[in-house]
Amino acid sequence: MTVARFWRETLRRYNLGASKCPECQAVFFPPRSVCPNCSVHRKSLTKMEACQLSGRGVVYSYTTVHEAADGFEMQVPYVLALVKMAEGPMLTGQIVDVDPKDIREGLPVRATFRRLRADGDDGVIHYGYKFALENGAAAKK
Amino acid sequence: MREVAILGIGQTQFGELWDRSFREIGIEAGFKALESSKLSSKDLSALYIGNMASGAFIDQEHVGPLVLDYSGLAGHHFPSVRVEAGEASGAMALAQAYLAVASGEHDFVVVGGAEKMTDVPDDRGAAIASSTMDQEWERVFGASMASLWALAARRHMIDHGTKREDFARISVLDHENGSKNPLAHFRNKISLDAVLAANPVSSPLGMLDCAPFSDGAAALVLGPLESARKYTDTPIRIAASQIATDFVALMHRKDVTTVESTVVAARRAYQRAKIEPSKIHLAEIHDAYSIGGLMALEDLGFYRKGTAGKALSDGEIGNGARLTINSSGGLKAQGQPFGAVGIAQVVEIVRQLRGEAGPRQVSGQEVGLTHNIGGTGATSIVHVLTRVN
Amino acid sequence: MRAEGVGIVSYGTYVPRYRITPDEIGRVWGVDGVAMGKNLNIHSKSVPSPDEDTITISTEALRVAMTRGGIDPRDIGAVYVGSESHPYAVKPTATIVAQAIGATPNLTAADFEFACKAGTAAIQVCMGLVASGMIKYGVAIGSDTSQGAPGDALEYSASAGGGAFILGKDPIIAKINATQSYTTDTPDFWRREGQRYPSHGGRFTGEPAYFRHVTECGKGIMASEGTTPADYQHVVFHQPNGKFPQRAGKLLGFNEDQMRYGMVTPWIGNTYSGAALIGLANVLDHAKPSERILVVGYGSGAGSDAFDLTVTDNITNFDRQTGTPVQHDLDHGIPINYSIYAKFRGKIRLSGE
Repeated sequence: MTVARFWRETLRRYNLGASKCPECQAVFFPPRSVCPNCSVHRKSLTKMEACQLSGRGVVYSYTTVHEAADGFEMQVPYVLALVKMAEGPMLTGQIVDVDPKDIREGLPVRATFRRLRADGDDGVIHYGYKFALENGAAAKK
Repeated sequence: MREVAILGIGQTQFGELWDRSFREIGIEAGFKALESSKLSSKDLSALYIGNMASGAFIDQEHVGPLVLDYSGLAGHHFPSVRVEAGEASGAMALAQAYLAVASGEHDFVVVGGAEKMTDVPDDRGAAIASSTMDQEWERVFGASMASLWALAARRHMIDHGTKREDFARISVLDHENGSKNPLAHFRNKISLDAVLAANPVSSPLGMLDCAPFSDGAAALVLGPLESARKYTDTPIRIAASQIATDFVALMHRKDVTTVESTVVAARRAYQRAKIEPSKIHLAEIHDAYSIGGLMALEDLGFYRKGTAGKALSDGEIGNGARLTINSSGGLKAQGQPFGAVGIAQVVEIVRQLRGEAGPRQVSGQEVGLTHNIGGTGATSIVHVLTRVN
Repeated sequence: MRAEGVGIVSYGTYVPRYRITPDEIGRVWGVDGVAMGKNLNIHSKSVPSPDEDTITISTEALRVAMTRGGIDPRDIGAVYVGSESHPYAVKPTATIVAQAIGATPNLTAADFEFACKAGTAAIQVCMGLVASGMIKYGVAIGSDTSQGAPGDALEYSASAGGGAFILGKDPIIAKINATQSYTTDTPDFWRREGQRYPSHGGRFTGEPAYFRHVTECGKGIMASEGTTPADYQHVVFHQPNGKFPQRAGKLLGFNEDQMRYGMVTPWIGNTYSGAALIGLANVLDHAKPSERILVVGYGSGAGSDAFDLTVTDNITNFDRQTGTPVQHDLDHGIPINYSIYAKFRGKIRLSGE
């Protein structure tokens, strides 16, 4: 991946920059330039408002990945999840520091800042969000 | 718009074809299709090729004229169109070819699908296979294709009480059928226990829930239905060819346990073909991952959401049962050469409707359906095929 | 050295969750790990995940500090990250950290390196910038993911973690009364460019290096402030292991009670640039208004930075719960064995990497 391709998304990947439809108030991540919910696109086109997700959400679905995606080989087995964010959008991301046995639907998580992957030993390192269980969440069975 | 018929079918062996190149398998499928009709290459006026990722797999783009060229048809100078819609590239090529003939612009066309996937190392292959998901918001965060389907599977289990065994049965069925298909990548039968005990890929999916990477090609000859009898004794009518799309990333879908594009494409296809899903008993469904097969049974309208698992465990689905799916072996056993999948599905339904399916022949079927999807369901294409009486 | 009115506005820490014991490390190398642990006064050390590094640890610590203090990122005028394990040899940690808290682009940023005292050096620089009025708030972070060569004595202590301090004038939870440094050319510990693991002078790291600098610097600041150990409720030392700071405290005349909260290495290992800062954070986690704190950091090569602080009334209403209080990290961790540790720390290499 070229440096620029990742770099241009850092605002979203580091800080969960999102967008909000001025018509229906729905929040989108990644940010969209047009609201897919409002049938009259003209109403939202060029009018979407920038906003930021709080980073809080709950686990909606989860899987333990044993055959890694390219660049994630050293992390297997890792937990990947769909996380329903407090503001509405669903995100795809890893859940860190968790025993796969402890992961369940509905657990509260918060966004954390981690290394995603690196372009080999001499390339740039990509950083972005992953999710961590809220303190003690796994224990509350 | 005029009616369109399938006049010829061709398919190569699916599997790891170490000694064969992309262009070779493409040409073989095309000529087999042509030979099975009474047409010759000079009757053709266009070629359509479904191919997902030749640029990534073999560094070769511009495969439209390449296949035409090595088919000895360069001198004809007719249009050769490469069509890409992820893993639905094959069915998308058919949909385009269908429109070309239906519109009257072309009379006779060959539509093929081909993918040469084993010319790259396994890890590179997996990376290319992931290219139909959202690269910036899924792949970057560690998603593999299997993991996305696994997320859908887990939620299906949560929302609908689906059991691990329910979708494992899709793989068992595929291998049962594949064992009777000489062109299939895998011809071994597998047990339910074997699927459940296979190495984990992305829980709850294991190795035997995932279709292989295969080389292979398949092709069809299309022409106007009105003159079809001149070129074949058993023309098969394309009663519907419908495409629907949806959000690219799984996370953005309304409900990850439903492939909405499949629901919509199927609904449109049933309207166009004037048929109810309950009247269809023969289908080739897209099951690159077993859970996808289970979801397709529901999304295509054969079963209500959350009930396909029980139907599978009750034995309602299987060769000659109430619903026959993937008599070819499906993606799991017949194989998964991306661009060829959608065409090979149609080839199998044509064989069945013509009564040429050999040991896996299902009797008395007048209509069959094919279901080909791209990514985790951003594109779904449904074709309904009928016998012509 | 004084910087009038400057103090700590907010702080946060981050310690990776995983822990390994000296016993487990010793098992691999045929060493009596229990005895080694006792000798170093280390019960366990933190281990970062493969996806954690100085940049992620710094960011997490600073995000906690930003939230606790309710700081507007636009008010941050400087971000300095002190570490000896910056992921890039060239390309600042600080720019990524600043971007990740939304403080870019109108600020100055740089990486500091001075073995284990790069973080305290960053505090001193921020003090000057704030006192002079050049910036409103300055961020000083000490953070590391240190490694000892496999089998080396350092492997029992070298760990990962970081502390982030936001310096400013108002509102402060602790006033920095003074700072003082003691610096010499002493080659006790180093890592040459391109080398994976550091080297050290063995027992030379003790008397002429750590103890001389820490005690001289401690004595120096007390002399200039006219204080004695009895004036401080808390003292924090750099803590390469659990033993050195105990001895330094004794040499300077501090008792165990004063050192109680400042000692964190016995449970999380030596977090290098993070060590003294996490110790200070733990003190602040427990501190009451008007309490006085002495901090003496140390960095090989060599130098000590000392700080004399007084906790203000603002500490009472300050949010000390957001993120993870240090005590929680001392009490909780996910134990791992040496195999997982080796994998996490990149001691297992995959082909093609």
